[in-house]
Amino acid sequence: MYDFNYEKPASLAAAVATLTGDADAKALAGGMTYIPVLKMRLAKPSAIVDLSAAGLSGITVTASSVTIGAMTTHDTVAKNAQVRAAIPALAALAGGIGDEAVRHRGTIGGSLANNDPAACYPSAVLALGATIKTNKRSIAADDYFQGMFTTALEDGELIVSVEFPIPQKAAYEKFRNPASRYAIVGVFVAKFANGARVAVTGASQGGVFRHEGMEKALSANFSPDATAGVTTDTDNMNQDIHASAEYRAHLVGVVTKRAVAKA
Amino acid sequence: MPFEGIGASVRRKEDVRFLSGRGNYTDDINRPGQLYAVMRRSDRPHAKILGIDTAAASAAPGVVAIFTGADMAKEEIGGLPCGWQIHNKDGSPMAEPPHPVLAVGKVRHVGDPVAVVIADTKQQARDAAELISIDYQDLPSVSSTPDALATGAPLVHDEVPGNLCYDWHIGDKAVVDGVFAKAAHVVKLDLVNNRLVPNAMEPRAAIGDFDTSSGDYTLYTTSQNPHVIRLLMGAFVLHIPENKLRVVAPDVGGGFGSKIYHYAEEAIVTWASAKVRRPVKWTADRSESFMSDAHGRDHVSTAEMAVDADGKFLGLRIHTLANMGAYLSTFAPCVPTYLYATLLAGVYTTPVIYCEVKAVFTHTVPVDAYRGAGRPEATFLLERLVDCIAHDTGIDRVELRRKNFIAADAFPYQTPVALEYDSGDYQTTLRVALENSDYAGFEARRAEAAKRGKLRGIGVSTYLEACGIAPSAVVGSLGARAGLYEVANIRVHPTGSVTVFTGTHSHGQGHETTLAQLVCDQLGVPLSQVDVVHGDTAKIPFGMGTYGSRSLAVGGSAMVKAMDKIIAKGKKIAAHLMEASVEDIEFANNTFTVAGTDKSKTLTDISLAAYVPHNYPIDVLEPGLDETAFYDPKNFTFPGGCHVAEVEIDPETGVTEVINFTAVDDVGRVVNPMIVEGQIQGGVAQGIGQALLEAAIYDKSGQLMSGSMMDYTMPRADNLPNFNVATENTMCTHNPLGSKGCGEVGAIGSPPAIMNAVIDALKQFGVRHIDMPATGPKLWSIIHAGQAKMAAE
Repeated sequence: MYDFNYEKPASLAAAVATLTGDADAKALAGGMTYIPVLKMRLAKPSAIVDLSAAGLSGITVTASSVTIGAMTTHDTVAKNAQVRAAIPALAALAGGIGDEAVRHRGTIGGSLANNDPAACYPSAVLALGATIKTNKRSIAADDYFQGMFTTALEDGELIVSVEFPIPQKAAYEKFRNPASRYAIVGVFVAKFANGARVAVTGASQGGVFRHEGMEKALSANFSPDATAGVTTDTDNMNQDIHASAEYRAHLVGVVTKRAVAKA
Repeated sequence: MPFEGIGASVRRKEDVRFLSGRGNYTDDINRPGQLYAVMRRSDRPHAKILGIDTAAASAAPGVVAIFTGADMAKEEIGGLPCGWQIHNKDGSPMAEPPHPVLAVGKVRHVGDPVAVVIADTKQQARDAAELISIDYQDLPSVSSTPDALATGAPLVHDEVPGNLCYDWHIGDKAVVDGVFAKAAHVVKLDLVNNRLVPNAMEPRAAIGDFDTSSGDYTLYTTSQNPHVIRLLMGAFVLHIPENKLRVVAPDVGGGFGSKIYHYAEEAIVTWASAKVRRPVKWTADRSESFMSDAHGRDHVSTAEMAVDADGKFLGLRIHTLANMGAYLSTFAPCVPTYLYATLLAGVYTTPVIYCEVKAVFTHTVPVDAYRGAGRPEATFLLERLVDCIAHDTGIDRVELRRKNFIAADAFPYQTPVALEYDSGDYQTTLRVALENSDYAGFEARRAEAAKRGKLRGIGVSTYLEACGIAPSAVVGSLGARAGLYEVANIRVHPTGSVTVFTGTHSHGQGHETTLAQLVCDQLGVPLSQVDVVHGDTAKIPFGMGTYGSRSLAVGGSAMVKAMDKIIAKGKKIAAHLMEASVEDIEFANNTFTVAGTDKSKTLTDISLAAYVPHNYPIDVLEPGLDETAFYDPKNFTFPGGCHVAEVEIDPETGVTEVINFTAVDDVGRVVNPMIVEGQIQGGVAQGIGQALLEAAIYDKSGQLMSGSMMDYTMPRADNLPNFNVATENTMCTHNPLGSKGCGEVGAIGSPPAIMNAVIDALKQFGVRHIDMPATGPKLWSIIHAGQAKMAAE
């Protein structure tokens, strides 16, 4: 990696101040994506602002919501008894990201700020209709994801926590890339009193997206059979050496069906 | 004393240091005053180098030197040599274009080294390497094997027309064509053997250390054969005599063939160390490994078998294109010829065989031997072809194999493709494998899987390979530029402990245990008092290293010969001490005994007398108990066996799960059954990787798409079943141990077993052949199309 300055501010305000004062500074959460990027010399930040001492981790569960601090690791979410009781699908998703080492470093805030098109968390946030709370405002999930590696976050804006409403039922299912083990297709399904929400990660060139056809079918009948015949447009699907657009579009149906069966 | 000799599953002596992080790998070694080298590599497949500007890089902090191909050319540094010369059909030698250590004039593949930066730290070297400005003129490139021979294809080497390295053949084409003309059936199969990246866990590394006082060079390197590197690099590249060049290959973390070859970086750090008069270290990162370690396989073949009405094989005709990559790696030319075509009889009595092989240059990483080397390609072709014959003729695939096996009483068996097999019993390994896999009960399991919506298939592969490489005169006549014997030095110390110096090299195989067990067995010395030293040309008399499953069959046999000499000398000393005739001395269980008496002396008594020769036959015998033997095998060894794979395919995703894998191999005498089982498991894991997961993919523009672990699918534990491994051994008849070798059998026998199972699982869709790897999307497309077709009917 290239040389950079390392900062570890002790508060959110200090972190924001450092980042605001230096356009080439970069916030570092768990670093599970960004440290490999640095090692490959694909980025040359002036400074790394390590958020691990900024007081951003922790989990709060109420009767209607689960709130997870931005710097909470995947392993913490996966093993938290209250999360497992309130939204077991969310704990299971966190427990299936990467490997043991990644789960002990990687964080929900880092994953959402990066918005990798094959990351798991964006699908849960979008399907559950979560709210992203930043140092400036609250952003609805539907407004937050704006395409691959692109979000509503502005310069100097840091995720503080994410608030998830508790659904009646939910499940996450992913079909892994055999090499990287990222999602080729990951689908989070959630059933609420007012209908179903379905979010798909990994498949689309535009990053995570809500699947309207699936939502309509599952809102009418939240069962695996209801997904039969619901198609996915191949036009926006990713295509690479691991999966064609047609294969990904097909897998969206298979994975959604399996997620519903699991919910 | 616990039983530690031949046949004991003793735990590996070396594992304590490996598993506790105390191994001593090349990158763990740091020499005083050491500098760091970073290679600036080509990022394009084919380009003319119009200029290299190193001014900015030279001025960067910490930079000590920068060298390019022109700097090496000025000092008449040789190119990297090829160790095997193949001759064309017309008798002319193969095309052997220069392989400069650092690119001169042109780059020919992504990863081709252009310059080396040497600096105080690796970070500084890397920073400076980015500052080198290379003025390239891009040229069109060719990366796929068939495209290389196309009219008008871009030339990799201007002096090699049509990119044809050689056009070789074996067998009598007219005779084979005649058999085909009269055959009841001709079964044809086109197939590809996928290119693989070896991916040893430890990346390659090298340290050049020039001693300014003595003028001696030392190279520490990740090699499977340090003496071969000393010979090739010393004699052909850097012109350093052996007495001034020491090559050390310390602990090495896996090789699988990829660390046999003499690589550019070894020569660069050795040469540069003398230029800068400080030690120079280079360690590859994983991205460099992908684009600079020799790749494996990459064949495109057409195979045809002539078969009579009863299913007997009458003749085999093969046409193969083999990709050599951009340059000839050390042993590349022999892989698709003498390690491939000579194996095409397999375990069958096919009386006539013709095989022609065209080797081509492409703008890709050089291709060379990778675990199995030629033999997996031959086995995959044969065992897929046999299943296609069963498919086309309706003869049961197991019966077809039984019908064509070489009988157990037919050995020695001369094949039509040069080899003479010494032993084997293919009916037995097949029978036991079918029993161990409950082959007979498969259809019930298929039906049960179908109820769960899964497509279940079973596949059989009956294979043979030639290893224990190799009789020197034979390989010499086939084009090898080296002998392939092995060397052992057995040193019995004064108090009876033993050090073995072996020319073989352990890079994960457990030689420090297996070879020590030979000493336990033959000399009766406890395992704790036997050490095995390997990997250092300053300590070991000579050696050809480890590859081709040769270490026990060849290196172990050299040890047996050296220990025979120890015993013979010991008997003379014992006879003197016990005042008996040498003919009356017997040796067993660490003890010399006068036959028919209770007079005896232990080996320690004898070794002490040998080193403290106060009462000693000094007039007729030299002191000391230290013997060396060179062993040149009389023949190859021929392990074989049967692998049975059982898979389930999810029709919704196309993903294959290996449910059961049964291997019954004939590896000859087994010294350590636990280590053999581990070797077979590892080989099968790599075979499953090739069959289902791994592919080195170049795009049309010559970039390696699968150039990292994010895109190159290595097999992992969750891709693998529990292995059901057994052996049914016949003894090698021509070496003193009876051992055949076990390092490669797993990778040779397993890919066709897996693919035959996958194709069996999909037989309802009329599938006859699928090329490897059988990935999810590939199989889903077949299933999807098959389901649509069936629905339409």
